[in-house]
Amino acid sequence: MTITINRLARRFADFRALDDVSLSIAPGEFVALLGPSGSGKTTLLRILAGLDFPDSGDLLQDGRDLLQVSARDRGVGLVFQHYALFRHMTVFENVAFGLRVRPRARRPSKAEIAERVDKLLKRVQLDGMAARYPAQLSGGQRQRVALARALAIEPSLLLLDEPFGALDAQVRVALRRWLRHLHEEMGLTTVFVTHDQEEALELADRVVVMNRGRIEQVGTPDEIYQQPATPFVFEFIGKSNKVPVRIHGARLQAGDQRFEADALEGLADGSAVAYVRPEHLALSTTPLENGWKATLRHVYLSGSVAHLELDVPGLGQTLEAELGGEEAQRRSLQAGMTVTVQPRHLTVFPLDGKTGEPDLARRRVVHPRYGQAALARWR
Amino acid sequence: MDAVLSLTRSRPGAGRLVPLLLIAAALGFLLLFLLLPLAAVFVEALRKGLGTYTAALVHPEAIAAIKLTLLVAAIAVPLNTVFGVAAAWAMTRFAFRGKALLGALIDLPFSVSPVVSGLIYVLLFGAQGWFGPWLLEHDIKLIFAVPGLVLATIFVTLPFVARELIPLMQSQGSDEEEAARVLGAGGWQIFFRVTLPNIKWALLYGVLLCNARAMGEFGAVSVVSGHIRGLTNTLPLHVEILYNDYNYAGAFAVASLLAFLALITLGLKTFLEWRYGSELAAKAPRGH
Repeated sequence: MTITINRLARRFADFRALDDVSLSIAPGEFVALLGPSGSGKTTLLRILAGLDFPDSGDLLQDGRDLLQVSARDRGVGLVFQHYALFRHMTVFENVAFGLRVRPRARRPSKAEIAERVDKLLKRVQLDGMAARYPAQLSGGQRQRVALARALAIEPSLLLLDEPFGALDAQVRVALRRWLRHLHEEMGLTTVFVTHDQEEALELADRVVVMNRGRIEQVGTPDEIYQQPATPFVFEFIGKSNKVPVRIHGARLQAGDQRFEADALEGLADGSAVAYVRPEHLALSTTPLENGWKATLRHVYLSGSVAHLELDVPGLGQTLEAELGGEEAQRRSLQAGMTVTVQPRHLTVFPLDGKTGEPDLARRRVVHPRYGQAALARWR
Repeated sequence: MDAVLSLTRSRPGAGRLVPLLLIAAALGFLLLFLLLPLAAVFVEALRKGLGTYTAALVHPEAIAAIKLTLLVAAIAVPLNTVFGVAAAWAMTRFAFRGKALLGALIDLPFSVSPVVSGLIYVLLFGAQGWFGPWLLEHDIKLIFAVPGLVLATIFVTLPFVARELIPLMQSQGSDEEEAARVLGAGGWQIFFRVTLPNIKWALLYGVLLCNARAMGEFGAVSVVSGHIRGLTNTLPLHVEILYNDYNYAGAFAVASLLAFLALITLGLKTFLEWRYGSELAAKAPRGH
């Protein structure tokens, strides 16, 4: 069951909630819609559920026009951010609701309904809770009731709106692993909305990063993290250093340093912006010719990772580097030390000459060339 | 040390005096302006004995007034219940042009003097009114007849149900209804299985207040009634007529019926507030 989203647009007064969004969702896929609030991810989810309709664009399910199908007949399972359990019904009645409201011809018998609800409650590990009311349950339990209720109608598509947003950190991690297992067991096509990158990267097969009503990038969690396609993805996902640079004769001028790389061949001269992940900055305590000279401002040891704050006078800015906590201790890195910093992996977006905006089409991933001596001494 | 202790000890004492005074003032006020008149109604009603009392109540004109009052309420209250639910639904579930205007219109009967409300109907449907000649031509009598009483009562009691439901439905949001829709429920199923159970106590509360007002309304009804004995007199109007006839015992006897109605309403209202207070309040717990 493939879902094709084609050029969807949705406006609310002057606000573009969705702006030319296209996406294809394969059968059995687990897709995360990731973005800050106002990025359009919830609007897209509501359109998939049939609770909202686009101003233009198509939504197809195996070639069938879903926009002609009302929310009632779409057969989509939806778990609301705050669960939206029926507060005056027991857990059992909540889960049975979708079966009870069916037209008589398609409605299962009482015994069948009871059997199916029992099965679902077992599946979400809530057997024994059937007679409780939503107000008597914990957040995690409510969440699972909402899930069981959505699954009761045997949906062809499961939609989850910020499924873990209202839960404690601990419950959240446990529940999302459980949800991932459940997905692997049932193989149900699932789309969930989140603003939490960790959640998206850990859970999803594919992540759709959204910003201001547009899709910034679609890719596997690994692709999203390792090869961000746009400056927004760089800034939104993981940590990164943003460094203004100039491209000059296929070389990268960054502050007082000039880096050579094959990837720069063919790029016109001009201003550009480069992004470097903290773990892609290599440090050397012995002075090297190639690389920024920097003062180590702070070493923050957080568990297994050491975050380093580097003052780089040649760039006129602070950079953040990251390395293993053990390694930082082994090399006895301390605040106040002078180090040489070498970026190993940069992503460069040349700036458009007219607008001054990063030109996504000319994006380059740059691995600067360093002399043999530098490589030998690195680490 | 002792001085400090006695100081801190005397403080609560001094602080207790002010609330006591306030409570005494409030109670005294209630006694003077609410309980005393209420007691007076029953004392005056029974002044000439139980026989006169019952005689005043079973008088044909009194019976006709009771029947008419019940009839008017029986028409106005259900209509305003339906309207109130529909208006609250529209106000809280949809965005549309003129929503603020609808909200203001719902409140209008609260801000207009009932006498003016009655006059409006006389000006519209009276013999000299805008539609008067047309109505006369078609032999339809609204003013100084039962339909006029019903119209005026509907107008005056229009806000009660809607005003009770709107804040509650606003705070509950439409998530549950949307969930029901996605689960395959139709419009009526959503209303009867999800919306109505969530608002039933607030609805009952609104209906109760609406009914009390419908039966007790005087001003608007007085203008459109024409005071035709045995035909267009509701209970409050009947009280006035008896009083103007210097039939004090009779007037108070009939008034005591209205006082009973008020006491029953108050009792039910208090019970609802006590039992289902959290479901009546706008800030009803959302269950999460």
